[in-house]
Amino acid sequence: MKKTYKLEDLDCANCAAKMERAIAKIDGVRAVSISFMTQRMALEAEDDRFEDVLQKAIKACRKIEPDCRILL
Amino acid sequence: MKPSSMSTKERRALIRICVALFLFLVLFIIDKTVVLGSVFQGSAAWVFPFCLYLAVYLLIGYDVLWKALRNILHGQVLDENFLMCIATVGAFALAIYRGVTGQPIEGFDEACAVLLFYQVGEWFQGYATGKSRKSIAGLMDIRPDYANLLRADGSYEKTDPAEVCVGDTILINPGERVPLDGVVIKGASTLDTKALTGESLPQEAEAGSEVISGSVNLTSQLYVRVEKTFYDSTVSKILELVENAAGQKSKAENFITRFAKFYTPIVCGVALLLAVLPGLITGDWSTWVYRALAFLVVSCPCALVISIPLSFFAGIGAASKYGILVKGSNYLEKFDRANIFVFDKTGTLTKGNFAITKITPANNADEVLRLAALAEHASNHPIAQSIAARYGKPTDKGYTLTNVAGAGIIAEKDGDVILCGNEKLMEEHGIPFCRETDVGTVVYVARNGTFIGSLLITDEIKPEAKEVAGALNTMGCKTFMLTGDNAAIAKNVATETGLTGYRASLLPQDKVAEAERMLTEKKPKDVLCFVGDGINDAPVLMRSDIGIAMGGVGSDAAIEASDIVLMKDDLRGLPLAKRIARKTMAIVFENIVFSIAIKVAILILSAVGIANMWLAVFGDVGVAVLAILNAMRVNSKYQ
Repeated sequence: MKKTYKLEDLDCANCAAKMERAIAKIDGVRAVSISFMTQRMALEAEDDRFEDVLQKAIKACRKIEPDCRILL
Repeated sequence: MKPSSMSTKERRALIRICVALFLFLVLFIIDKTVVLGSVFQGSAAWVFPFCLYLAVYLLIGYDVLWKALRNILHGQVLDENFLMCIATVGAFALAIYRGVTGQPIEGFDEACAVLLFYQVGEWFQGYATGKSRKSIAGLMDIRPDYANLLRADGSYEKTDPAEVCVGDTILINPGERVPLDGVVIKGASTLDTKALTGESLPQEAEAGSEVISGSVNLTSQLYVRVEKTFYDSTVSKILELVENAAGQKSKAENFITRFAKFYTPIVCGVALLLAVLPGLITGDWSTWVYRALAFLVVSCPCALVISIPLSFFAGIGAASKYGILVKGSNYLEKFDRANIFVFDKTGTLTKGNFAITKITPANNADEVLRLAALAEHASNHPIAQSIAARYGKPTDKGYTLTNVAGAGIIAEKDGDVILCGNEKLMEEHGIPFCRETDVGTVVYVARNGTFIGSLLITDEIKPEAKEVAGALNTMGCKTFMLTGDNAAIAKNVATETGLTGYRASLLPQDKVAEAERMLTEKKPKDVLCFVGDGINDAPVLMRSDIGIAMGGVGSDAAIEASDIVLMKDDLRGLPLAKRIARKTMAIVFENIVFSIAIKVAILILSAVGIANMWLAVFGDVGVAVLAILNAMRVNSKYQ
């Protein structure tokens, strides 16, 4: 399953790259791409674990850039 | 929204920067004229200027300090806020050290200024990216906000386009955006499709014509029957494509993120060595610590990490302005290197509007056309349709039509036998016929063993085809054509447009095989583009390095299968896209080289003590700002 989310207050391009790397490491993530320009994250993960993966991704983002929010 | 408008967050930050800058300048000038360090005497004289500068420092930098602290607690050690804090707090510490040890009091102003300019740069960086994002997103802003849905009681209600069903009737007022694909049932107006196709000429729409979501109604009210749900409408397909475009990252972007991953730790490591090793050897700690601090200021790779995706984004935005949709920055990067263009003939190089250009009768011209139409009227082959369209009258009924694959059609009724097809059909039935020598598709007609006449059907070459083939050839690209037509027609089209080669007499499945063959035969550095209308060449579009679909409006299959979509059915989009890709890549290259070169130069200069922290700040935010401004050059005029 692949879903796209909008990111709010993603102010730093390097953070976006860091977040992308952190999320890619989460178990169950097939592919992730964060675009600083369009402020969007495309997350692809296994269907049955998607919700779990998403929660971990949110946690990872908060750790790197606490101001940035993933709009669900 | 005006592109120049700032968010409240940005405005507040700007006010804070201005106040801090003003206070700093006042303090700085007083310090230089009065020398604050000598206002009080004694060993603690440094405390007075320190307190004043610290006040300004906290005013401008409290958020950086807070973020640094917070990120450290989260385990983010090499965070840019943290590095900037270390650098400036370190500079303060050095100045205090000088004060305590009785050296001339200086350095407070510098620590304060570094953070101040860092903030100025950050603000500008945020403002510039925000502004470019808005201006480019504005080009792609075709999302309709509402639809005027006809209710059962005859009134109209503003509804979310996603809630409208197929078959509903909607009203589109002048100035409104068409929310869903549909067919006009009442009214006549002109539509502006510029946002979709880049075509500046408005299009006429009247009862029976199709309207495409995303276009703007210009002159009068239109009543439209909805044909597709919002999710399936053109506008959703395009938005989906644009939103996902950024997901496909280019090699240059991947290179930069990989570079950034190693750059910061390496620079910080070197800074640490620079602070410790020479200090141990020479004992001159403050000089070397100062140089190391300058390193930390330059350690953020932001200029690169922002400017490269921004350049691609601007390139994709510039292309969309001309109705060229690029599905990702990787395709823009690849398209710059594209050097083999393979065209489908019908509908791509030619208009695909087959028309009878010559009727050669044995004796009666009307009879040829009438019999041909009789045999061909039920077929949906473009050639058959062109005959039926030219005849334009109802045909005699009651004939049994038999399709002879690859030859033509036989129509029979009560012993009356009409043969309509190519020369093979005539030869098989042993009918003596008069061969047509002009180039085109020839349909021979015979009745009860007697030759009646022949029709010559040709397809018009698009007027811009020659210019485009010429432009691509001069750019050093090879141009090929694949067609199902015979060699004579293919040769004629190829010479008239100036293509470098062609492959004729290909059945649809042969086209895929031929494209596969070209893909395997090309050199690894070559990039093969296939240009088609997406109707029956979707497999080739997907297989080729870059699939380019023409006239994408309304064709979902083409949009799905291709990597670049020319929304307008105009071949001139190809050289234009090539120019945009070339400029984007040139600017990407400039930014990579320029940013890395300046950063490395400043690192070396600070290591040997020539550059101070002021220059280091320029190396950080100044370079970022310049790279952003350079990236914005991509989004200029191309026509």
